[in-house]
Amino acid sequence: MTPKEAIEKLTAKFGETIAQPVEFRGEHTVAVAREKIADVCAFLKRDCTFDVLTDLSGVDNYGDDPRFEVVYHLYSLTHHCSLRLKVRVSEDDPIVDSVTGVWRTADWHEREAFDMFGIRFRNHPNLKRILMWEGYPYFPLRKDFPLAGQQAELPETAVNAGRVEAAPMLGGPFVPAIGTRSSVVREPRQVDTVVENIDRVKHPTKKEQV
Amino acid sequence: MATQHEIELMDSATRAQQATELGLRGERMIINMGPQHPSTHGVLRLVLELDGEEIVNVWPDIGYLHRGDEKIAENMTYTQFIPYTDRLDYLAPLANNVAYAYAVEKLCGIDVPPRCKYIRVICAELARISSHLLGLGAFGMDVGALTVFLYTFREREKIYDLAECICGARFTTSYTRIGGLANDMPAEFLPMLRTFLKEFPKNLDEVDKLLTRNRIFLDRTRDVGVLSKEDAIDLGVTGPILRASGVDWDIRKAHPYGGYENFEFEVPVGMVGDCYDRYLVRMEEMRQSVRILHQAIDNLPTGPWNAPEAKIVLPEKKAVLTKMEELIHHFINVTQGINAPPGEVYFSAENPKGELGFYIVSRGGGAPHRLKIRAPSFVNLQALPVMSKGHMMSDMVAILASLDFVMGECDR
Repeated sequence: MTPKEAIEKLTAKFGETIAQPVEFRGEHTVAVAREKIADVCAFLKRDCTFDVLTDLSGVDNYGDDPRFEVVYHLYSLTHHCSLRLKVRVSEDDPIVDSVTGVWRTADWHEREAFDMFGIRFRNHPNLKRILMWEGYPYFPLRKDFPLAGQQAELPETAVNAGRVEAAPMLGGPFVPAIGTRSSVVREPRQVDTVVENIDRVKHPTKKEQV
Repeated sequence: MATQHEIELMDSATRAQQATELGLRGERMIINMGPQHPSTHGVLRLVLELDGEEIVNVWPDIGYLHRGDEKIAENMTYTQFIPYTDRLDYLAPLANNVAYAYAVEKLCGIDVPPRCKYIRVICAELARISSHLLGLGAFGMDVGALTVFLYTFREREKIYDLAECICGARFTTSYTRIGGLANDMPAEFLPMLRTFLKEFPKNLDEVDKLLTRNRIFLDRTRDVGVLSKEDAIDLGVTGPILRASGVDWDIRKAHPYGGYENFEFEVPVGMVGDCYDRYLVRMEEMRQSVRILHQAIDNLPTGPWNAPEAKIVLPEKKAVLTKMEELIHHFINVTQGINAPPGEVYFSAENPKGELGFYIVSRGGGAPHRLKIRAPSFVNLQALPVMSKGHMMSDMVAILASLDFVMGECDR
């Protein structure tokens, strides 16, 4: 079965909840209505032999509405072909049905999407932070989160004695995309400077102390 | 001074009877393994629930090496991100460089010349041998065979020498460029590689003799950490672990990229899916890599090693200093990056640890809108609880070693 046949079968079964497929560099992408994603995945696994979920990832299209996308990469070990599904999720109601019931591998992938973007997955068995620590207040891969990072309380550890010093937050040699903001206006140096100044008020450097 | 108590020692039957009379139940114990435990190979923390010596449950806790590589990628040009790929699976940086370069080239729709493909195959296979050697050495060491580690590290040192010869760096290679390579291989590289290929199989046989029929090693690994075929597919496991569980799937065969269709090699597949099978699969993969390397040397094409697309590939330094056109291209490529077309691609390569995939969303311009790294170690580690439940605490060490993960890639 080719991805095209799978998409035809999908459209026959789910009708208008499946958007027009897009092809780019030989890869097929279909957008699926948010309510239907778990059903669509179960159908693709059962009837179209897409037995592997290779990857699941969040995307932040800041400024668009709906803001987020959840992207699923499916693979069929029988037919050696792949298919990409997409679900659009709004910022106000960032909830998608979990596909952990279809593929167990979705567990950590969904936790990561939650950790990085704040997209929540309904019926997920254990939706906790995975890369950041429990209690971390931000979602770092969102576009409005500065590259330099933001000050946050560090988690309490059993062995930590007193205050934990956060690492200095300075950006690297970053270059903006063509046609976007100039290197002076863009993040993160702006933010770094602000953060640096705030820090300096609290902890003056040696030079200033003298 | 502490008070002293008299302890009465009874035989086990009496003790058991006493425990039943008192209604004592076996209490479960939660213990921490890592993030500094030597067998967690980096900074993995495991929370283990134990019933005596038996593992009831495991919760891997990852993220200690999270550096935000995906966020960083969104804020720099495609070429600038290449050094960051060295630091994903830092035991096989050359293979990561190759996978990333192919992913961006797929997005731009360009093809690299045959010589470049062959050199990349050589790089990827050397990286595979290097990574598996470390995996094996650490495996042996974790289950008590320290000698193996010394043997495999001697061989890895030679691969580091080869990496140094080809790109100047031993560890953080950053050898590929978008549309080509940083430089052609130097003249002394091939003789060095030939010598290595002559010595390596003999030295690998020594490791084979030390481990494959070693009674202690067999006892520690056979029927330990079994992962069934169905579980492996459901958990999305890839690479040697998937193949050890009996699934014949290798991206180099299933979707040949970068000239792998021209090479003859076999894909080893396990039968049981235990730690021993994973060990055997890796051993055989190294031998197959040697086969591929021999073919690559014998059929190495001549000609250019960079794609002809001037707007994407960095021009030769000599030309930049003498020609106007090249100077302009160099300037644009370095300051703004390549102007990638809008679109999204997913490219995956068969890395030593499994399927390393890059999902790139481009909105045009020199930096990706989103770059997701599908790290094999991240997905493979998820299978750990399934593999280790019901085993002894000491088996955990063997299971971890047979998973052969690397946290740089898992946490990104």
